[in-house]
Amino acid sequence: MPESTFLDSTELVLNMGPQHPSTHGVLRVILKLDGEKVNGTECVIGYLHRGVEKIGENRTYQQFAPYVDRMDYVAAVSNGLGYCLAVEKLLNIEAPPRAQVTRVILTELNRIASHLLWLGTHALDIGAITPVFYCFREREEILKIYENYCGARLTTHAFRIGGLQYELYDGFEEQTKAFCDMFLPKVDEYEELLTNNRIWVGRLKGVGILTGEECKEYGVTGPVLRAAGVKWDLRKAQPYSGYEQYDFEIPTGENGDTYDRYMVRMQEMRQSVRIIRQAVDKIPSGPIMGKVPKVIKPPVGEVYVSIEAPKGELGYFVVSDNSTQPYRLRVRPPSFINLQALDRMVRGGLVADVVAIVGTLDIVLGEVDR
Amino acid sequence: MADEQKPVGSEPPPPKPGETAAKPEPPQAAAKPAPPKPAAAHAAPKAPAVMAATPWESDLTGQVKDRFGEDISEFATYLGQNFLVVKPDAVIPVLEFLKLEADFDYLVDVTAVDYPSRAERFDLVYILYSFVRNERIRVKTRIPEGFRPASAVKVHLTANWLEREVFDMFGIEFDGHPDMRRILLPEEWEGYPLRKDYSILQQDEKWVKENLGIESGQ
Repeated sequence: MPESTFLDSTELVLNMGPQHPSTHGVLRVILKLDGEKVNGTECVIGYLHRGVEKIGENRTYQQFAPYVDRMDYVAAVSNGLGYCLAVEKLLNIEAPPRAQVTRVILTELNRIASHLLWLGTHALDIGAITPVFYCFREREEILKIYENYCGARLTTHAFRIGGLQYELYDGFEEQTKAFCDMFLPKVDEYEELLTNNRIWVGRLKGVGILTGEECKEYGVTGPVLRAAGVKWDLRKAQPYSGYEQYDFEIPTGENGDTYDRYMVRMQEMRQSVRIIRQAVDKIPSGPIMGKVPKVIKPPVGEVYVSIEAPKGELGYFVVSDNSTQPYRLRVRPPSFINLQALDRMVRGGLVADVVAIVGTLDIVLGEVDR
Repeated sequence: MADEQKPVGSEPPPPKPGETAAKPEPPQAAAKPAPPKPAAAHAAPKAPAVMAATPWESDLTGQVKDRFGEDISEFATYLGQNFLVVKPDAVIPVLEFLKLEADFDYLVDVTAVDYPSRAERFDLVYILYSFVRNERIRVKTRIPEGFRPASAVKVHLTANWLEREVFDMFGIEFDGHPDMRRILLPEEWEGYPLRKDYSILQQDEKWVKENLGIESGQ
């Protein structure tokens, strides 16, 4: 921060975070204010840095798999899927169909869980207390499915390189279908509370606009990009894990404001239910684990594999030197890159909107800092 | 976990037969021996020591070749993923050309890989995507230690934080970057953690030496 800002009497420098309830973790934003107007921001991050990439270089491929769950800890299953796909690509193998369909079901459930957590906390930030209780109630049902499947609720480590560790439990299909039937009316319920609520619309419409061009400039992906009208979703653009077999839409917005991002995520939850229903109906029989060597030593080479995580494009760039450990393991975290656009979005706006915009970006600091 | 179970310091790790073509051994190798090998009874087929990439040719490579000629040393594809290797000074013009003339308008990631035994120590990797073509390519370059590559911020705004992270982790400073500071680690941090000669134990040992007065806590 230049010293002149402290001498300038018209500009107030305000520190928001790292201990602030609406920064969703340990994000520190230094705000330069002129009255209520934001003249600029600076993000201070890294409080949660654990050196995930360095750990990856010092663990075998299998040993590292549980670590990826700790990056975006509200969407651990998605992280695991991306990592497994990257190593599988490096080994040039594919998971068997039964494993792929199961992966899709669990990942889409995870997308709903992640969006529910976002909706609850975002609404809470803006002043709507009720939705957070409803969202956590429904999210609990998803966590129960995870618990039944693999014993863990959040950091699940549900997938293994080459397929799955566990066979589906008895009653998985019924429980998942029951969740879908229960959940769709609940989305309408959230929308009844919020969509036409005057305060909600007033706080969200026209706030934190990011156009499609700006999104591309900043590398912003996920619902934020789609809300700006860019119809781009990796599940459609470069399908993985058999996503091309499912029938679903890519919801988009028009204005790229906070309200559109809200609408896009609400629609995405409905689309996820649609995918889950199709997938549950056609879980093929067969093995759940592909032919993977006991000791994973991929040939010398490098790959970049990315998936559409709930927050955006989550990529893994893995370099192998034909040893049991990755030579280099780079994670392309969607939250980190989306957060970079925060300055652009809040500049010129009001200080109260910073909270709304941090919420709408849907960042998880575990993933920003890794 | 493989690296916690070995004896520390006292004796050098026993030489392993048939492991000569393995990774370049940085100084920290003593602290991190290769995990135990399976018995040499079933000799695994020897994998090549370099990436088995095949040449890549398309309309795009033709365009780039016409424009940049000698500045591009390789067009290759590995497991269906295309990349080109560029001379360090040509990276920014190539990124600009790809953005303006070939629609690669989304810079997905910037990262580096450290090869300490090589004269050009670092691989700098730019991953690009084109929404129009639905295609992903990587632009790679090799730079020696101390070389200051030009910043890509003028071409892609998203490079700002990504290059700061590369600086933070590898100590590669970018020329013309608006704000070349550490991003994830504190300002006063010593060393660059993702370099291969940065041992995962060194901080811990430094701390126990200073605070507990013992040689190693492991």
